[in-house]
Amino acid sequence: MPAPIRLRELIRTIRTARTQAEEREMIQKECAAIRSSFREEDNTYRCRNVAKLLYMHMLGYPAHFGQLECFKLIASQKFTDKRIGYLGAMLLLDERQDVHLLMTNCIKNDLNHSTQFVQGLALCTLGCMGSSEMCRDLAGEVEKLLKTSNSYLRKKAALCAVHVIRKVPELMEMFLPATKNLLNEKNHGVLHTSVVLLTEMCERSPDMLAHFRKNEKLVPQLVRILKNLIMSGYSPEHDVSGISDPFLQVRILRLLRILGRNDDDSSEAMNDILAQVATNTETSKNVGNAILYETVLTIMDIKSESGLRVLAINILGRFLLNNDKNIRYVALTSLLKTVQTDHNAVQRHRSTIVDCLKDLDVSIKRRAMELSFALVNGNNIRGMMKELLYFLDSCEPEFKADCASGIFLAAEKYAPSKRWHIDTIMRVLTTAGSYVRDDAVPNLIQLITNSVEMHAYTVQRLYKAILGDYSQQPLVQVAAWCIGEYGDLLVSGQCEEEEPIQVTEDEVLDILESVLISNMSTSVTRGYALTAIMKLSTRFTCTVNRIKKVVSIYGSSIDVELQQRAVEYNALFKKYDHMRSALLERMPVMEKVTTNGPTEIVQTNGETEPAPLETKPPPSGPQPTSQANDLLDLLGGNDITPVIPTAPTSKPSSAGGELLDLLGDINLTGAPAAAPAPASVPQISQPPFLLDGLSSQPLFNDIAAGIPSITAYSKNGLKIEFTFERSNTNPSVTVITIQASNSTELDMTDFVFQAAVPKTFQLQLLSPSSSIVPAFNTGTITQVIKVLNPQKQQLRMRIKLTYNHKGSAMQDLAEVNNFPPQSWQ
Amino acid sequence: MMRFMLLFSRQGKLRLQKWYLATSDKERKKMVRELMQVVLARKPKMCSFLEWRDLKVVYKRYASLYFCCAIEGQDNELITLELIHRYVELLDKYFGSVCELDIIFNFEKAYFILDEFLMGGDVQDTSKKSVLKAIEQADLLQEDESPRSVLEEMGLA
Repeated sequence: MPAPIRLRELIRTIRTARTQAEEREMIQKECAAIRSSFREEDNTYRCRNVAKLLYMHMLGYPAHFGQLECFKLIASQKFTDKRIGYLGAMLLLDERQDVHLLMTNCIKNDLNHSTQFVQGLALCTLGCMGSSEMCRDLAGEVEKLLKTSNSYLRKKAALCAVHVIRKVPELMEMFLPATKNLLNEKNHGVLHTSVVLLTEMCERSPDMLAHFRKNEKLVPQLVRILKNLIMSGYSPEHDVSGISDPFLQVRILRLLRILGRNDDDSSEAMNDILAQVATNTETSKNVGNAILYETVLTIMDIKSESGLRVLAINILGRFLLNNDKNIRYVALTSLLKTVQTDHNAVQRHRSTIVDCLKDLDVSIKRRAMELSFALVNGNNIRGMMKELLYFLDSCEPEFKADCASGIFLAAEKYAPSKRWHIDTIMRVLTTAGSYVRDDAVPNLIQLITNSVEMHAYTVQRLYKAILGDYSQQPLVQVAAWCIGEYGDLLVSGQCEEEEPIQVTEDEVLDILESVLISNMSTSVTRGYALTAIMKLSTRFTCTVNRIKKVVSIYGSSIDVELQQRAVEYNALFKKYDHMRSALLERMPVMEKVTTNGPTEIVQTNGETEPAPLETKPPPSGPQPTSQANDLLDLLGGNDITPVIPTAPTSKPSSAGGELLDLLGDINLTGAPAAAPAPASVPQISQPPFLLDGLSSQPLFNDIAAGIPSITAYSKNGLKIEFTFERSNTNPSVTVITIQASNSTELDMTDFVFQAAVPKTFQLQLLSPSSSIVPAFNTGTITQVIKVLNPQKQQLRMRIKLTYNHKGSAMQDLAEVNNFPPQSWQ
Repeated sequence: MMRFMLLFSRQGKLRLQKWYLATSDKERKKMVRELMQVVLARKPKMCSFLEWRDLKVVYKRYASLYFCCAIEGQDNELITLELIHRYVELLDKYFGSVCELDIIFNFEKAYFILDEFLMGGDVQDTSKKSVLKAIEQADLLQEDESPRSVLEEMGLA
């Protein structure tokens, strides 16, 4: 059998392969040869074969059949064999394999070998990939070698010990005695590895840390060594660009950091040396900067005096101006870590940081962006925002979402004026509109709603923005919502802030319809557009027929969402036209409950709004499963699912909160620009009473039973009785159950009950049980009203009743003043 | 601590891989493939550091070879650059003006040198001279052995 080919030969051969297939063929052939050679237990060429196998393994081919051969090599007497054997073990095996344990014996023997290079191999292998079991078995040997006078072995033993401790932390104790004199060594290798060992021990165990601080007086020793390194003359052996042993300096600084952390005495002891290193280190090359970097990290982490901290931040500031982008990157990363604790110092470098936004390197840009957001405050918001918006324009797509979110947050916190805030939002939407996060849309809508005086300006700008381009979904969604809401302001050209544009109702509908038709519009966007069109039916005067047509067309849309909306809106036109204007009224000012998203608490003087539900995130409050109890159920008890926000279909003729625009002087949220009783909102600091009242069944306590009921209305055969209950949890809440009965011979159909209360009260109307009051008192309609009366004022109510009776429409207004005191006191 | 070091060519051919944390072969392959892709996509003007998974990656290109180290959060990136440079210097001194071919054909020597310089992800000896001397002596030990076997091969011992 010919001798197996040499390693170099094989490499040369494989490299001549022109295709992957050719290479694979060569490899397979050689593997077969190697396998048979292994089977023959050939000692002479085992080394060569394993080496070849390792090469093929590096190319990506399986080599597991060589694992056992590695052990045989390790067990051999020849150094050449051992070298390749150990290399093979390190490459082919990981500690997951059981064959590993076989190695323990080999290593143990080699740790005690007469040749230091063999011992070195064993230490290296153990220190790189020894499993916990192996470490446990061999720790004793390592510890022995740690105490040897041979510096070649000592340094290796130290790093091997580090690995042992990482694998089996409990063994840390046994290395403690050996560490006693490690720092007295002259040999830099031993010094370096000893510092690494001490670092590992101090990091892992607070007891060790305390021990080294107090008993061993580590800090003075380290300071001494560091000082020698800096002050000593040129040492060719350890010199790197004029700096003496930078690797050791950096490791010492790192150990000092751990020792000085949270410890005043240690921090003080190292103060001088840190200042010395910080000021004397040569900064022209990377190596000097590496030391400075470590110094800065240490200064910031220990209890250093303020002068030193300022020095550190200034070093970072200088780093920011360095030509070397690596240094700039490192500076930005460090500043990001310190910006919380040393905010003012970092602020001084703000302009440099902002300049880094224009850097070419992606990592630097990202850091600069994060740092910029951390530095934004009330004073610099205008300038910073200019830079950040410019950055948003020009940055890579992967940043845009984060940048947009950051801008929104910053704008929200520090906006100097509402106009500025809206402008900023507009700018973001138009430049990075498609990258804006989905949750930004409801936030923005809420913000716009709350900036009452800016409505005209906002809707005008949004309209102009989507005229040109309606592909950016978040922008289109916000625009559609606003147009639907404030379309009347748009066509009447009321804008004060800028030149009002001339827009006709048809033009507005044109753009909304284009959005509906466009392929680029998502289903959600279409929903917004359709609802906006619907809302305009009450705000526009000339184009109602066109709107009707559009709505009816989408009644047969393939998109189920759109279809359902359209069908419901259609119904609104046909059967419930009398309610349309009330339902599509202007949105009230929303109040933010949480910072996560606009969980609106809406003034619920019985107002209904189909639109807002689309803009809400899935209710973070109670889920709509508890229908009548839904906090976010603006329609005052309509059976609404979050998806389809319309009232009419679910309730036959209920007023579940219909607006009472007739009842003028009583507080209503009808008027668009009027801030709808926001005064009463702040009074509710706890979660809205709506929830309180019905949050648990049984709802009410027995005290309620003591309140007498009243007849609120009795006329023409229609009698309405009020019964009262008071909530246990919230004394400001009164729950009134009305019962309507009909003593005439004919049923009263399409019965709608509406109520209004004085300004200081709040009202919520839940769904009625039905809309027919049967004749001859054979049944009643019940409906629940919840009244919040935080000021405990005398309860008054105006009610309006509409129904059909004997073929004609009836309507009546009445005032209810006979509330018993127990119901409101 | 350094988790691993990779050497690979511009074409994505792996020339050396040293792992300091126990990882399965499959996992290693995956990480190597992923990281190579990321590093090779970097443009020349970009900085030498990037974030990958939960590690920091320090890489530097020397001629046709990328030297790539993955370090942990508290490790100093700038000194890792120096570390990479030191390793290249060692190779250079050993091979005499090292080039990629040297490392391809003598990969086992590249490993031996690395194992004299680093252990468990940390520097063993900060003296170039000391590391090179150790390698030299170990090589001598090898050579002392082989004349014997060469003679044996020829049937003369």
